[in-house]
Amino acid sequence: MKIFVCVKQVPDTETKIKLKADASGIDTAGVKWVMNPYDEYAVEEAVKARETGKATSVTVFSVGPKSRIVETLRTALAMGADEAVAIDAPEDLDSGLTAKALAAAMKGEGEFGAVFTGKLAIDDNLSAVSQMLAENLQIPHTTVVSKLEIGDSMVAEREIEGGTKEIVQLSKPALIGANKGLNMPRYPSLPGIMKAKKKVIKELTLDGLGLASAQAAFKHTAFQLPAEKPPVKMLEGDAAAQSKTLATLLRQEAKVL
Amino acid sequence: MSKVLIFAEIADGKVKKGAFELLTAARSASLSTQVLALGTGSKAALQTLSGWSITEAFAGDNSAFNNYNPEVFAETVASAIKDSGADIVLASSSLLARDLFPRVAAKLGSAAVSDCTDLTLAGGLKVRRPMYSGKCSAEVTFLANGPKIVLMRANQLPVGEPAGAGAVTVKDLPAPTATGLRTLIKDIVKGASGKLDLTEANIIVSGGRGLKEAANFKLVEDLAATCGATVGASRAIVDAGWVSHSIQVGQTGKTVAPSLYIAIGISGAIQHLAGMSGSKVIVAINKDANAPIFQKASYGVVGDLFEVVPALTQEFKTLFQ
Repeated sequence: MKIFVCVKQVPDTETKIKLKADASGIDTAGVKWVMNPYDEYAVEEAVKARETGKATSVTVFSVGPKSRIVETLRTALAMGADEAVAIDAPEDLDSGLTAKALAAAMKGEGEFGAVFTGKLAIDDNLSAVSQMLAENLQIPHTTVVSKLEIGDSMVAEREIEGGTKEIVQLSKPALIGANKGLNMPRYPSLPGIMKAKKKVIKELTLDGLGLASAQAAFKHTAFQLPAEKPPVKMLEGDAAAQSKTLATLLRQEAKVL
Repeated sequence: MSKVLIFAEIADGKVKKGAFELLTAARSASLSTQVLALGTGSKAALQTLSGWSITEAFAGDNSAFNNYNPEVFAETVASAIKDSGADIVLASSSLLARDLFPRVAAKLGSAAVSDCTDLTLAGGLKVRRPMYSGKCSAEVTFLANGPKIVLMRANQLPVGEPAGAGAVTVKDLPAPTATGLRTLIKDIVKGASGKLDLTEANIIVSGGRGLKEAANFKLVEDLAATCGATVGASRAIVDAGWVSHSIQVGQTGKTVAPSLYIAIGISGAIQHLAGMSGSKVIVAINKDANAPIFQKASYGVVGDLFEVVPALTQEFKTLFQ
């Protein structure tokens, strides 16, 4: 079976966020872009499945400004993916349109047995595209997956509230949203990087996918940086004195105990 | 005028706190409010909601809804939303809701925005949500005509008291059709803690690399036990394998917003600060006075955590006796 993997390019977690002057988004000048950390688990799991004979090929998809997303697609190819599809789209396309674009592009790539994504992207933290994509493809899904077995069906272990785990069985094709813990993503090897450079990345447009006139359901506006915190109150004395003062302050001043 | 549908989660036969935050918000805005709950006992649970100005209530009081199955839930919830005529749907941004509502939104051709921290209902819907795990925030502008689905992070809105009496009539939602399902919940393995999830917790005690070794995480657990707190951890000790990823706070873990966050031996990498800086009151305990965590803290304790934390545990024990 073929596995399709979705990857997103996001600012590195070290990035300090600055806003555009008109507050319509973040200032991307000087931002270092990386593959969304949860997507790395998705790519690794797919490549591993191909290496162990559970999949025949791995195709990665990404939606965003073409000039930028090819970099993340090349990273996925260098990790071992076989093919890549770049869907050129404006920055911050809403989750509904992103899912529609991915579904349309996947339908053009033939039969598949599974779709792997990260459980969410760490930029907008929406955790919406995966489930919307599953709905558009009319396949079952499960997210926050930390263990996966691929057989005639797929059996996923997912973490739910309070450390409780759920074992979910999905008939194929199905979509899996990867969580940390699923595997240890490999670093692209030098031969892998060299090979990835030579691969042709298929390029698609929203127009070509019949989505140019489709309307977004929402957009993020009026960005703000967090309010400044009042300065920290440093406590004095030895451990016993500091603890006593702290307990008193938390109860009487902050009123949180 | 807007018509609101609130998706209420039920635990142990009771409506969870998050739903009361949403009920309070809807009632203060005097909006026509409907409530929907799924699972065994949901009908009785909704019947207790008198005094919340509910115009209509719907329960899928059926054991087929006891465990979350995306296929079953999405079908039922999407058709209930359609039938209700609601143009705003509110739910707590729980793991269940975050998984469910995007699929529902795709069915309805609308948007579902999760993890919102500000909600205004009076005079038109206004929503803000953190971006980049709290490094900034943005307002959501809805553009589609379908129902606007807003998932609110826990502990962001006040909870009022029920006002007035009167019975709530709860209508039954049809049982799901079990044929042709491609998703099967095979097993649920209960977590040992029984504590509130980090995303819902009111108090969090978190530990980091300053604890030196895995066995010392017990100091964090002991302090948490004195005040009913949920434990959290920095990425460093999750990656070191001391604790499970399920309790990681930060940009590649959970974004939290408790009333009180106590950071023990956590220096405060930018990713960790992003995940916890929405906390109301932050206490930092660290031996390095220049640790970045102190820039976000409300109260700072510079000292040896192996002395401070046991002393604080004693103080808390006395306080809660």
